[in-house]
Amino acid sequence: MPTIVPWLIFLLPFASFLLIGLILRPFLNKWPRVAGYVTIGAVGLACALAFWVLFAVMGAPEHKLMVDDIQWAIIGNLNIHIGVLVDALTAVMVVVVTFVSLMVQIYSQGYMKGDPGYQRYYAFMSLFTACMLGLVLANNILFMFVFWEGVGLGSYLLIGFWFHKPSAANAAKKAFIVTRAGDFGFLAAILLLYASTGTFDTQTLYNLVATGALAGTTLTWVAIGIFAGAAGKSAQFPLHVWLPDAMEGPTPVSSLIHAATMVAAGVFLVARFYPLFQHSAEAMTTVAVIGAFTAIFAASMGLVMNDIKRVLAYSTISQLGYMMLGLGVGSVAIGIFHLFTHAFFKCLLFLGSGSVNHGTGTFDMRLMGGLRKAMPWTYATFVIGSLSLAGIWPLAGFWSKDQILVAAFANNPVLFTLAIVTVFMTAFYMFRAVFMTFHGEYKGGAVPEHGSHDEHSHGPHESPAVMVAPMVVLTVMAVCAGWFNVTGGFSQLLGSEAEGTNLVASFLGVFMHPLPLASLIVALLGIFLAYAMYLKKWISPEKIGNALKPIYTLLYRKYFMDELYENVFVKTILYNGIFKAMAMFDSSIVDGTVNGVANTTAGAGGVLRKIQNGQTQLYVISIAIGAIAIAICVYLFH
Amino acid sequence: MNLNLLSWIIFLPIIGIIVIAVLPKPGQKTVKWIALSFALASFLISIAMFWMFDRSGSAIGHMQFEEKIAWIPAINAYYHLGVDGLSIPLVILMTFLGVVSVLVSWKIQLRPKEYFIWILLLESSILGVFCSLDLILFFLFWELELIPMYFLISIWGSGRKEYAANKYLIYTLVGSSFMLAGILSTYFITHTFDLTALAGISITSSFIPLTVLFFLLIVGFAIKLPVFPLHTWLPDAHTNAPTAASVILAGALLKMGGYGMIRLCVSMLPQIAVQYAPVMCTLAVIGVVYGAAVTMRQTDLKRLIAYSSVSHMGYVLLGIFALNQVSLAGASLQMFSHGVITGLLFAMVGLVYDKTHTRDLNNLSGLARQMPIIVVVFSIAGLASLGLPGTVGFIAEFITFAGSFASITIAGMKIFTLIAVTGVVVTAGYMLWMLQRVFYGYPLDKYNGVKDADAVEMISTFSFVAVIMAVGIYPAVLTNVINMGVAPIARLIGM
Repeated sequence: MPTIVPWLIFLLPFASFLLIGLILRPFLNKWPRVAGYVTIGAVGLACALAFWVLFAVMGAPEHKLMVDDIQWAIIGNLNIHIGVLVDALTAVMVVVVTFVSLMVQIYSQGYMKGDPGYQRYYAFMSLFTACMLGLVLANNILFMFVFWEGVGLGSYLLIGFWFHKPSAANAAKKAFIVTRAGDFGFLAAILLLYASTGTFDTQTLYNLVATGALAGTTLTWVAIGIFAGAAGKSAQFPLHVWLPDAMEGPTPVSSLIHAATMVAAGVFLVARFYPLFQHSAEAMTTVAVIGAFTAIFAASMGLVMNDIKRVLAYSTISQLGYMMLGLGVGSVAIGIFHLFTHAFFKCLLFLGSGSVNHGTGTFDMRLMGGLRKAMPWTYATFVIGSLSLAGIWPLAGFWSKDQILVAAFANNPVLFTLAIVTVFMTAFYMFRAVFMTFHGEYKGGAVPEHGSHDEHSHGPHESPAVMVAPMVVLTVMAVCAGWFNVTGGFSQLLGSEAEGTNLVASFLGVFMHPLPLASLIVALLGIFLAYAMYLKKWISPEKIGNALKPIYTLLYRKYFMDELYENVFVKTILYNGIFKAMAMFDSSIVDGTVNGVANTTAGAGGVLRKIQNGQTQLYVISIAIGAIAIAICVYLFH
Repeated sequence: MNLNLLSWIIFLPIIGIIVIAVLPKPGQKTVKWIALSFALASFLISIAMFWMFDRSGSAIGHMQFEEKIAWIPAINAYYHLGVDGLSIPLVILMTFLGVVSVLVSWKIQLRPKEYFIWILLLESSILGVFCSLDLILFFLFWELELIPMYFLISIWGSGRKEYAANKYLIYTLVGSSFMLAGILSTYFITHTFDLTALAGISITSSFIPLTVLFFLLIVGFAIKLPVFPLHTWLPDAHTNAPTAASVILAGALLKMGGYGMIRLCVSMLPQIAVQYAPVMCTLAVIGVVYGAAVTMRQTDLKRLIAYSSVSHMGYVLLGIFALNQVSLAGASLQMFSHGVITGLLFAMVGLVYDKTHTRDLNNLSGLARQMPIIVVVFSIAGLASLGLPGTVGFIAEFITFAGSFASITIAGMKIFTLIAVTGVVVTAGYMLWMLQRVFYGYPLDKYNGVKDADAVEMISTFSFVAVIMAVGIYPAVLTNVINMGVAPIARLIGM
């Protein structure tokens, strides 16, 4: 494989961004659709190259290929290189990112049709994809940070795409600032690495950890700092608050953010620096505990949301928690395998919700219902995606989730309990969404939110082929993606021991072992409860809601964490507290002193002016007094 | 080879002044074109000089393009110019800002002839400060800069312009008087005004404690930078100054403070600098955090950017007094970075004000629809200011942080640095909030008729963006040179 290939994977979407931004948008505004074709072409080509890289890596010894390096800047002993690192982790990530992005770009042609910002949309999408690819390809932590921030920028621009809506502008700002709070830890970790090792290079860091040159408290702090950054991007507690709001962006954007870019970045980052985490028990425990807690914490909020995208958003946070748990108690292979399968079915589900929105003009599930007849393709793909997410055998989600549960079971009973309860919740909230959206009677939809969908007010209908086709492709992946690891092929690629050997035995082995069977039963129970409550109405959700009013309110208001952050912390403590005090201190004390000195001087000048009255006698007396004073001083101090 | 390039760079704007002055009743257009031509000529020569700058290892620690003519032999004062890696980025910064500040003033109607004379004089005097290697000459240029700035604020300013101009003048003069005492003391101890001889000289003095000398010299620079708590002249001066003056004030003038600290205080008295570094670093992080906090509360766009300067110049102070090679390089690059980024921010605020006649955030909303080009450039400036990678803002901050975090010259630098890094989060807060309030949300009907940037405005603002991105993507273009300038200074400190 030529050296240029991995570079091109990043450069193609980036070139697409520049082409649209600098040439198509300013000069060829008449043909907006060209921007879409350019993006799809660039990402499609990058996707083909990504598969090339994957196959090359699979064939390479130790699944690692050349590292390409270019000098960037040297200041004293600060030596910065830029280069690519291609190993199995990179290869898997570039495939996931380019493939999911390609599906989303194709789908967007239908969803964004007629939007006045069509070109801007594709320019930002190209940039977003390019930055994520840059992040997974970079061979040193500093450039990972560079693209990390680039991903943050991309999400800021896309979440705030409809910036005329204050809610979108707020959500964009919130996403950027909350993730930046995590980036503080990431940046601190980079500084600490530089101060203690003098290098940013990933491979060198691996070696330093392996030889024990980087160890102890320093290593733990580095790992915790990196995890803080990862928690911000991957929406882990307590930095998860930006992700549910991020649905203010166009739905395909949410799809990309929730599947392959942005939130995947955090999990990837931990996986990339996994050797550092492995040598610090404290760091591993932190990752596992935060992951498990986030999984159940987010799932609990997903239970009560009425907005289909919010259900999916909390589901993403919860699943990201699973991935972190998988990394914390298991291995890179386990965490990344769930990222891999999750990317397909979560992307599919978001595209499905976008399709539903396209047909009904709303995201509120209380206004939907009965859509399975009007939107059969969307219905079928959405159900399969939900089954996969719920972890039903033999779909993709089952295999990846099973590994996490096994690892958690071996590690710690508390973590396992949290994880298995989350399985139940996941199955429940997904099928609650399915039944509310697609079953029962149609409840009328709503007036479209953004202007381009006016023509859809005549009732629900299936989306155009350009939107359905990517969903079908993703459905195939949501079914099959798990099979890559049935015999441990995926794990082996990512450096873990392969477990099974016989395909058929492993495939059916599920029913021989208690743990996979248990998780399957738990998931089925969750689906059954949703069936009982929302389809058959044997149990009234309203009655339960009223009976458990405090809990319901707590969940529905998201544990009041938005209020805590926005009203208490930002508005009261910072903005109207500390910041206001400082501003007042500045104008009254600091500047007041300056003006006070000036006024005193001016006042003193006024007093002194009265002495300069032209009376010679007074001058003579003053001179005499002065002379005597000097004489006394000289006499005393000489 | 002696082309006297530095003299040309410094005096071309002054020749421009003479041309404008002697022309009988020149038209407005003529004055602008003359000002632009001379500023541009100065800029092009500085670029040529940068291109010719000797980057070989043997050139480290030597001044280049030196010119030395006896001036006042009685006191050993020379007309002595020269640049090294520390000053050359600042020279280019100033000549660049000279060109764009003429461009952003293209629509000036009030007394244009005088206006451009002051702008050009301002440019010459600041260039003189960066190029002087003789303390008397340095001080002369340092004081000269006050005159044009005073008139620019008090005549072409807005709001409380007389108050702001007086405050600026008096505040700076107070600092200068200390500095003059320091310069004279230096002369009485060493009998030279030559900066190249003073760097690394081992000073012993029975006549004045070196600590006192250090503080005499630094007060003027600290006011200029500005260092908390000597910063309150800055928001007033900025808020009331005309756009071009703000651009130069934030872009180049503040850098005279940082440059002076490195060139005089640290180079001449490295041991005293090490001794008082904890004090200076404390003031630096207070400046960063406190400046950012006060910025959050501002509702006037110009005041907001002005306070953000207080915060960002705190990084410069931190880099300087972390006293290691990387941190000094970071501080130098941060000066350049802040110069172009904040210069652009002020230019953009000026544009928004020209079109909407308000700078009050409470009266602005949704301008993105009405000003599609301005929103893009303003956003780039804001993102650069919050240190987004790909812009010079990121790399400058990162090098500063890396250097100061790793510095072992002073105890506790890790803590100082981490506190300063929190400023990055707050910066993201106020920058994005400002962009949101001005450009996003519902468009207001009253601004439906406003025009977007015109051709001249696009040239000036796009050139800023080009510099911000170019250095951000390939910082070695400056860091290679800066490195040569700070390496000998770092050696003096012994790190």
